Amino acid sequence: MAKPKKQSPQFINGFLAKHGQAFFFSLGKLWRQPLANIMTIAVIGIALALPATLFILLKNVQNLSQGWHDQAQISLFLNQDVSSDQAHSLKQQLQSNNNIAQVIYISPEQGLKQFEKQSGFGNVLQQLNNNPLPGVLEVVPASALNSPIEIQALVEQLKQLPEVDVAKLDMGWVKRLFGIINLAQNAVWGLALLLAVAVILIVGNTIRLSIQNHKDEIEITKLVGATDAFVRRPFLYTGILYGFFGALIAYLLVGFLLVILSNPIANLSNLYQSDFVLSGFSLFSSEMLFMIGMGLGLFGAWLAVARQLRKIEPS
Amino acid sequence: MIQFENVSKRYNRSQDALSNVSFHLDQGEMAFLTGHSGAGKSTILKLTALIERPSAGQVIVNQQNLNRYPRRKIPELRRTLGIIFQDPKLIRERRVFDNVALPLVISSYHPREIARRVRAALDKVGLLHKEKSFPDELSGGEQQRIGIARAVVNKPNLLLADEPTGNLDPNLSAEIMRLFEQFNQVGVALLIASHDLSLIASLRHRIITLDQGKLINDGLRGE
Repeated sequence: MAKPKKQSPQFINGFLAKHGQAFFFSLGKLWRQPLANIMTIAVIGIALALPATLFILLKNVQNLSQGWHDQAQISLFLNQDVSSDQAHSLKQQLQSNNNIAQVIYISPEQGLKQFEKQSGFGNVLQQLNNNPLPGVLEVVPASALNSPIEIQALVEQLKQLPEVDVAKLDMGWVKRLFGIINLAQNAVWGLALLLAVAVILIVGNTIRLSIQNHKDEIEITKLVGATDAFVRRPFLYTGILYGFFGALIAYLLVGFLLVILSNPIANLSNLYQSDFVLSGFSLFSSEMLFMIGMGLGLFGAWLAVARQLRKIEPS
Repeated sequence: MIQFENVSKRYNRSQDALSNVSFHLDQGEMAFLTGHSGAGKSTILKLTALIERPSAGQVIVNQQNLNRYPRRKIPELRRTLGIIFQDPKLIRERRVFDNVALPLVISSYHPREIARRVRAALDKVGLLHKEKSFPDELSGGEQQRIGIARAVVNKPNLLLADEPTGNLDPNLSAEIMRLFEQFNQVGVALLIASHDLSLIASLRHRIITLDQGKLINDGLRGE
């Protein structure tokens, strides 16, 4: 009788079956010891939620500030005795300057109207006998001037004009904001890295303890002929499951936090006449959260398993 | 089945646990290893199951020379053996059925085949009705029989037993030995370490006697 070439049906075949077996075994183990595991998972969840929240908030700030141009602006406050005509001729003169892209004249009257509208001091201002505001020329430097030093030189030059009382460079704040966002981003990355290490250590340590608790079982399993891979698999799946459930908790925590924040933020953006809406997880970033969680769990478990399992041999 | 050729084993610098031991166990043969504690009985079994490696000499099991046997292939060797210990080494958190099923699960048997074989093995040791119990709910003799069921569930052609009756009263011990003889009758080779001389003398099988690591007698009692 010819031997059948394929493995006989009394065996289960292949990679999937073996891994399915280990997966459900690990899941069952987690299920049977809910309390201890929930605590581990909660710690992982919080560790993942913190950087995830910060990344989402950062992304929102970036979305918000994307509309703003990173442009410097020089405000020239004119002397009180400069007439509207003089101001207009100064404007013409400045517009011919190669270093200047655009000049806008804001007359004292326009300035007062704007101020009334924006400040809410309208009634008070109407009490004044005369307009205390000077005329203002808003100068946008040419885009060729992009270094702060060149722009500063332009400011100095404009200051010398007899009509100008004060020249104020408004460049900074957008740039500063971008600088701060950049810094914050780096800080969040650093924090995320630290917390990733924390997750690896938490999972590694939990798995290490679990291996020690199952020392006898591992020994017996090896005695009846288990390969290292067979012994290792359930522990690795436990690590992956920790990561998965930790990511799930982080996902829920972040979602909860965003719901809490969304109302105050909507109010705030209403005050600024903005239609800004807080955006949460995109599909991609939530996938990333789960992948990172499971990856860290697997890595932590691997570290524990690689060091511990070889040491446990029947004697 | 098993060949020991001038085998010595020394555990870190102490006295030799085995010195220059040679013997053969044929296919389907049943033999007892006896001697005082520390005579080297367990060491012979450990060398056979590759739990230890010899310091000198050669151990050959199932035509495989274990001296050059790579670590990663050890599981393969152990799957062809059944091993029984004085402490039955059951997993306390798992039911009797799952304990006996372990060697089959490791070898990726199909669940249907596992259930069939586990029940057959439990039936053989007379404990089929205990399959849902946990080991701690069983008596010492029952636990030992579960250990035996686990050792034979894979249908090995060689069984190693280290003081299998060490914790049992004479009646239970005799029962376990009868079980071993039944396995032997269907062609399984057995090597059983025991210091219970009165028990093994009552059975007519080959007895290998060790004293301080040396083989001092090898033959059939009463011939």
